[in-house]
Amino acid sequence: MVMPGYRGRIERILKRASVKVGDKVKVESRGRTYVGVLMPRTDLGDPNHLVLKLSSGYNVGVRVEAATKVTLLESGELPRLTLPRPEIVQDPNKPLVTIVGTGGTIASRVDYRTGAVYPSFTAEDICSAVPEIAEIANIRVVEACNVFSEHMTPDLWVKIARVVAREINAGAAGVVVAHGTDTMGYTSAALSFMLRGLFRPVVLVGSQRSSDRPSSDAALNLISAVAVAARSDIAEVTVVMHGTTDDDFCLIHRGTKVRKCHTSRRDAFQSINEVPLGMVRNAQIKMFRDDYQRASQGGRVRVQGKMERRVSLVKVTPGLPSNVIRDIISSGGKGIVLEGTGLGHAPESLFDGLALAQRRRIPVVMTSQCLWGRVDMNVYSTGRDLLRLGVIPAEDMLPEVAWVKLMWVLGRTRDPERVAKLMLQNVAGEITPRTRPDVFLRPIFEAK
Amino acid sequence: MKSGTDYERIGLRVGFEIHQELDTHKLFCRCPSRLRDEVPDLQVRRKLRPTQSELGEVDRAALAEAIKGKAFSYQVYFDSVCLVELDEEPPHPVNEEALDVALQVALLLNAKPVDEVHVMRKTVIDGSNTCGFQRTMLVATDGSLEVNGRRINIPTICLEEDAARKVGENAEVVHYRLDRLGIPLIEIATGPDFSDPETPAKAALYLGQLLRATGKVKRGIGTIRQDINISVAQGARQEIKGVQELGLISTVIEREVQRQLALLEIRDELRRRGAGPVEKNLIDATEIFSKTSSRVIQKALASGGLVLALKLAKFAGLLGREIQPGRRFGTELSDRAKIYGGVGGLFHTDELPGYGITAEEVDRLRQRLGAGEMDAVVLVADVKERATAALEAVLQRANEALVGVPEETRRALEDGNTEFMRPLPGASRMYPETDIPPIPITAARIRRIRSRLPETPEKICARLVESYHLSQELAERLSLSENLKIFEELVASTGADPTLIAATLEGTIISLRREGVKVELITSEVLRDLFSSVAKGDLAKAMEDLSRAVSLEPGAAYTYVLRGDLYWEMGDLESARRDYAKALELSPEYHEALKRKRRLEDKGTGHDRKA
Repeated sequence: MVMPGYRGRIERILKRASVKVGDKVKVESRGRTYVGVLMPRTDLGDPNHLVLKLSSGYNVGVRVEAATKVTLLESGELPRLTLPRPEIVQDPNKPLVTIVGTGGTIASRVDYRTGAVYPSFTAEDICSAVPEIAEIANIRVVEACNVFSEHMTPDLWVKIARVVAREINAGAAGVVVAHGTDTMGYTSAALSFMLRGLFRPVVLVGSQRSSDRPSSDAALNLISAVAVAARSDIAEVTVVMHGTTDDDFCLIHRGTKVRKCHTSRRDAFQSINEVPLGMVRNAQIKMFRDDYQRASQGGRVRVQGKMERRVSLVKVTPGLPSNVIRDIISSGGKGIVLEGTGLGHAPESLFDGLALAQRRRIPVVMTSQCLWGRVDMNVYSTGRDLLRLGVIPAEDMLPEVAWVKLMWVLGRTRDPERVAKLMLQNVAGEITPRTRPDVFLRPIFEAK
Repeated sequence: MKSGTDYERIGLRVGFEIHQELDTHKLFCRCPSRLRDEVPDLQVRRKLRPTQSELGEVDRAALAEAIKGKAFSYQVYFDSVCLVELDEEPPHPVNEEALDVALQVALLLNAKPVDEVHVMRKTVIDGSNTCGFQRTMLVATDGSLEVNGRRINIPTICLEEDAARKVGENAEVVHYRLDRLGIPLIEIATGPDFSDPETPAKAALYLGQLLRATGKVKRGIGTIRQDINISVAQGARQEIKGVQELGLISTVIEREVQRQLALLEIRDELRRRGAGPVEKNLIDATEIFSKTSSRVIQKALASGGLVLALKLAKFAGLLGREIQPGRRFGTELSDRAKIYGGVGGLFHTDELPGYGITAEEVDRLRQRLGAGEMDAVVLVADVKERATAALEAVLQRANEALVGVPEETRRALEDGNTEFMRPLPGASRMYPETDIPPIPITAARIRRIRSRLPETPEKICARLVESYHLSQELAERLSLSENLKIFEELVASTGADPTLIAATLEGTIISLRREGVKVELITSEVLRDLFSSVAKGDLAKAMEDLSRAVSLEPGAAYTYVLRGDLYWEMGDLESARRDYAKALELSPEYHEALKRKRRLEDKGTGHDRKA
């Protein structure tokens, strides 16, 4: 890692000049002279530029040509982080909360010399960046894995579930799982199904603005998540994220009913088809509902981590041909979740494929791409046709939650009837028995 | 400052940065660059958490403390502010039009565009940027311009986003309006190449015109702002923010010179007295003031506060010393206390007894702190955390006085004085904007921009002399003027004498405006009709045009002055005299009319009627 990001001609020129990243150099090119610190080239842009940090703090890219001259002025030191790290004092009167890292940066620091962002993984680092959490609980930090959220896999869900179970069984009052936001809803659903006999809070948290910026939502989210883990009586897997665009409060969402609904907003996470369980403001919890599993002091969490990986989630589109289903089956698919249209429909063009799935005893589950509302396949004849083809109507389950659940169910049984029964059984709050009238999008305009 | 200050001798060095808003859509989103006055549609409340390493070594804790409690409220308009300004959506790619304008300005200043532009984040935690940093990019380096025959270096030309407008503040919340956030700004920085207070304003005027030549800049108050860097020998660089008027530049410089010289005198005096570093010994003096008649202290104590005091050994008399008109060294201490401690202010013994504090209380205070005649005592009444932070900041500022002038970012006040904003930030507060990939500046792009460069003011001036036979002085004035465009239009459309048109635009009308006359009423249509008639020798028609202009604002004296000028210009002195007299009849004290009447009487003839 002497020359991160540099290759080819630039790398040769830098080597010839004995220059490495972090060194102060002079670059002369086409009548211009720049003096600055050589920076790593972090992007996939034009490879013929080197990046200098000038004394003003600005970075510039300098095009390197055959005649470009690079001279070493001063060897740079390796970046050092000199922030004082507070001694963490364990307070016997405070509950223990374990923060499980999965790869997203919970807290990070910027090294201004190189501009690099350093993730913080130790409890000291995190408590130093967000000292408020140490006032709520004694903090322990463990790392379950180290991947970006979009690279999360079912294998890693199991790994996270094992770490969570171990921490709770070892006496943690609650566990916070710091997770990237892209697939946080999938992981929260997976943990909801896998963690059997859960008796303490498990809270997933992330941030929509990275923690290297002063405006990051990470701190409020983390403080609120630690508060739920330490102080709440929710023995379920929840997601705690910003409730609005303001830095005001966080909402506590049930892990099987939550979805990332916006690409970038702080309040991207929303409960679908139900009211959130509660909210957290200034680390104080206010519950909106009482139909949740209550925490208890003792118990033992088990991990039911066996998952059938060969399950597909198929979005139904007009005229979708049967070979989509046939291809899944012929490549070894063991289960299919359809994200159907409207009340849970699929075009006739798909019927052949669905019939084949039925013959091969491969379960097909129907959800709706509307996201809000419940599937009902008795209203129209197409729905009834699909029911006759053995399609399982998954009530108001979110498509991706049904997908995770089918993987988990197929890990228990292959018997189509038992699969259907388990899919329709409310295991972790994934099915809302009744839909409240106030759980759809709020109008954003005033009716004239 | 008294005239006659030898600026060379005191080693004055001045440079400035000019910030000009561009008239394009915003820099990192497609919102219009439009300022709003209506009631906002939404207010969003946020907090910023300064990452500790972003702040200066010594005072970062205090600053963090001061800022931690403050929330920011952002005013939003749904139809002209989007999620980008709200920090709820990543920045879009850089506005290419704005980048083109910046490159154009760079080429006009003979600067060298960088090969690849990197967008940086400059940490700003006062809330004026929702994300906690300002996005900025270096576009070109190493340009220059000539003012009064002197070469002024332009080391950098940057393109950056403007900050949100502060519209209010109370103890808990600072209110900002997001309409201005994200408007593209070109920043042109000069080297520290000026050594007098007058030339910088001239250079700024020139740069302003150069920017206007692009046809892509905003006009009006606040659309162009200057930050001035000033130092004197043995002093320190000060960055003075937000000088909005060119006329104020020289005053700001003079006042800053005065301030730095006064601070150096204070340093020398402290050294003569043998003052050493101030001891960090904050004393709780609450009990002395338990029965005080000072309202400020009563109020602080009533709400659970205390009185904290600090001895500044050997500072007696210096806190009351004036360093700028109306500002004392004590004001410098108080500025720091307010910013770092969030307190309302402080008391010091140079101004006591007073403000309800009795001589007896002062005596007891001095006794309690062991303060002798040569020592000063500073006290703050507030809750403990704030009072402590305030006095720690005072202590630091007092210690800086032993060294001389601290490097600071200061805010320009309306009278030309300045007040402390924050320590001068270093390069350390910049880090890369990872959401935007670097932008290569291709040779083809530079060629395209170079082929369409607008004329520089020098070239315009030369052309005006060459094509219109204007005098050098009139041409120079017009080349830096906003009237250039209308001048050329009028010459082309009316065929009237260019010198007459230029002199009317740059002389008559401008002096009328200075008088406070609403010259907007003389529209380009009025001028076109007027000069057309003059060109045809149709004076009757010209009179009719003017009468119409007169009737726009019946009884307005200036229209008679304008018509009188025209008569004079055409040699009809009798009619000119009659019109000036008419103007004076309407407005007896009317300076412009008086001036002309007198000049006409003195000279009796001639074309010299320059205002």
